[in-house]
Amino acid sequence: MPVVKMTVNGKPVSAEAEDRTLLVYFLREQLQLTGTHIGCDTSQCGACVVHVNGRAVKSCTMFAPQADGAEVLTIEGVAKDGKLHPVQEAFRENHGLQCGFCTPGMIMTTIDMIRRKPQLDRATIRAELEGNICRCTGYHNIVSAIEDAARRVAGGAP
Amino acid sequence: MIPYKFDYHRAKSVADAERLFATANDAKFLAGGQTLIPAMKQRLASPAQLIDISMIGELSFIELRGETIVVGAGTRHEAVANSDVVRRHIPALAELAERIGDPAVRHLGTLGGSLANNDPAADYPAAALALAVSIRTNRRVIEAEEFFAGMFLTALEAGELILDVTFPVAELAGYAKFPNPASRYALAGVFVAKTVRGVRVAVTGAAPAVFRQPAMEAALGRSFRSDALDGIAVQSTDLNSDLHASAEYRAHLVTVMAKRAVAAALAKH
Repeated sequence: MPVVKMTVNGKPVSAEAEDRTLLVYFLREQLQLTGTHIGCDTSQCGACVVHVNGRAVKSCTMFAPQADGAEVLTIEGVAKDGKLHPVQEAFRENHGLQCGFCTPGMIMTTIDMIRRKPQLDRATIRAELEGNICRCTGYHNIVSAIEDAARRVAGGAP
Repeated sequence: MIPYKFDYHRAKSVADAERLFATANDAKFLAGGQTLIPAMKQRLASPAQLIDISMIGELSFIELRGETIVVGAGTRHEAVANSDVVRRHIPALAELAERIGDPAVRHLGTLGGSLANNDPAADYPAAALALAVSIRTNRRVIEAEEFFAGMFLTALEAGELILDVTFPVAELAGYAKFPNPASRYALAGVFVAKTVRGVRVAVTGAAPAVFRQPAMEAALGRSFRSDALDGIAVQSTDLNSDLHASAEYRAHLVTVMAKRAVAAALAKH
């Protein structure tokens, strides 16, 4: 079986995987990184968003060998030295989650969103979130959390 | 959902992709994969070999050449949306790219992939047909009018690879779509363009494949205003009907979207 190699959360990893293995299954089953969730498995819900070479992608819509040699960042890799990422902190303080299932994808999407658009208003945040579905419909606090997160990042939060 | 088994190959150049295709059996090119991979997961597509062309650097570029913009087939939607050249010269195209799918889809999906796939509800085919683009492949140049052959069908032959697309700079251009709220695919999307060749109106999402609206083109050719479209009813006979929208509703949406597209084109002028 082919071996897929990539850097995940700063660590080099390699594992055998059939070519048809989706990146999300590679992360969850081969690497046991189950923080990346599978919601719809049809590219719609965004629970599986991770960063590949610095950009948010849906890991249910990419084959693992496509990420061979890539730098991958998952929700497990965003907190540093036991401290939450400012986006995680903002979600926690604003109660930007209900059941939590969509949260890893929301956080990974938010980090990418703030990278691309440091200045965010609520309408922009809602438009940017069109690929992330919260089935608890908890968008109000998610939007507040992202506004807060953008302020924290702009203010130089670690 | 897991697709059927296939062998994955990564092409480093166009020549490499051609060589891989020539030696493969039942192969498909994989660009951004944002439509092909879902189709494979549903087992609507089951190539035995996938040739990944997404990392071919020579296919990803945007260049102003005279009165045209040439866009490499491997250019991501995000790059078109944020291109200063596209924003300045064909802002409607940048706005179309900015509304394809969602941010994660736009990070992977490509212009060439969208055209080659010719999904009935994809956005780019509408722009391609309305702007009368020229599609250059590794074998020839195909005009938009000859390119889109039907649902998921194009004039591309087996192993033929799109290299780049030449978009004429339009005097006026606008795009409006009514997206399905879950999939973001257009239930109806209309691109209107006024170029040296006249006015063209192309509709996506509403029928099995992108099509032009001659009655609207004639009316807008006389007067490029939203109200020029008043009273032009779209026939629902050949339109799609599914759980998201009936053919009659899509017919109604085509006129509404066409008016919005004209308004958008004039607002930018």
